[in-house]
Amino acid sequence: MAEKFKLTIVTPDREFFNEEADMVEFNTTEGEIGIYAGHAPLTVIVKPGILTITQGETVRNAALHAGFVQILPQEITILAEIIEWPAEIDEARAEAARQRAEGRLSERNGIDIARAEAALMRSIARINAAKMK
Amino acid sequence: MASMRDIKRRKSSVQSTQQITKAMKLVSTVKLQRAKGRAEKSKTYFNCMYETVVSMLSKAGDINHPYLKANDSSKKAVIVITGSRGLAGGYNSNIIKLVRDNEWNKDDLIIYPVGSKGRDTFARLGYEMGEDYSDAIEEPIYADAMKISNQVLDDFATGKVGEIYVVYTGFKNTVTHIPTRLKLLPIKIEDERSDDDKAVLDFEPETEDAIELIIPKYITSLIYGAMIEAVASENAARMQAMDNATNNADEIISSLSLLYNRARQSAITQELTEIIAGAQAIS
Repeated sequence: MAEKFKLTIVTPDREFFNEEADMVEFNTTEGEIGIYAGHAPLTVIVKPGILTITQGETVRNAALHAGFVQILPQEITILAEIIEWPAEIDEARAEAARQRAEGRLSERNGIDIARAEAALMRSIARINAAKMK
Repeated sequence: MASMRDIKRRKSSVQSTQQITKAMKLVSTVKLQRAKGRAEKSKTYFNCMYETVVSMLSKAGDINHPYLKANDSSKKAVIVITGSRGLAGGYNSNIIKLVRDNEWNKDDLIIYPVGSKGRDTFARLGYEMGEDYSDAIEEPIYADAMKISNQVLDDFATGKVGEIYVVYTGFKNTVTHIPTRLKLLPIKIEDERSDDDKAVLDFEPETEDAIELIIPKYITSLIYGAMIEAVASENAARMQAMDNATNNADEIISSLSLLYNRARQSAITQELTEIIAGAQAIS
């Protein structure tokens, strides 16, 4: 396997993850992106989606909703405003949130479209992540 | 001299007050430990956030983004973080003084209170009040900070306010807390610029869009940090105040005991004198 890099995921409340990893994948405003060690320095903004961490044979998933990522060749720091392991997700609640957001979007009267869309994306990311338990 | 009964009654009243202040001190000690722990945990996040914003702004030197310059409105949004309870020494009044006694013109301010002590005081003094977030101070969570920052950024974008400040009590250590006034927007680039070469990064999307997206997160994290520090300071201030109160009660109790003993002694002496005088009269 190629060389590893240090992956740190921090949220305002805790240090979520701090280990060596081979690859990390997630959604950004510019599209999906997968990063190996030795990437050019870059800062990207996160879009709601699934974060996949590959460490040798093990693959871990988490639902990543908002934040941004600082990429340096040997070190990647994810500043996540909201991030959850699949085990922490309440699937039923996420499903309810998805239906609520879809309902709002289909009515489209006097609601904050951007907010409803963001809520929809978040709930979908949660549901997908929860399925990967 | 006060009667023995009066002194005794006063002493027991002071003693029960002392028990209350002692208990309150213990409670705030525990709360302080917890608040300190939270502040430690969130430190990594803020340091990373700060580094990124500094590197972004030092790259974006000549960018003309609305977040970096004041708009025409002369109004200032002030997020005032106080406690919701008193009995914390000068904690609340120091913050209020910091907002009131400076070069700011009262009519230019819109107060966004976090903590009901500040809210009630400024409402009484006739300041213009914005949204009230007093519930958030009980147990600050990141979502609360997000709500506040969305609100003030909205007001900034629509031109309702031209500058945004946060006034809170900074927590340096358990005995030192500094009432602090921090300017959130517009960000002064000169202050934030660093010459650190390591900090130079590329941005995707382009820097302008990145500013648009990252600055609100930066503001949110500053507000969250301010709330966490304020909670730690409040509990530390209360701990100190209650410690002083307990010590003062001790002092009062010891002087009252002295008075009581003196009164008791003189009562006994008087009684003896009366008995002896009575015996002499009979014989």
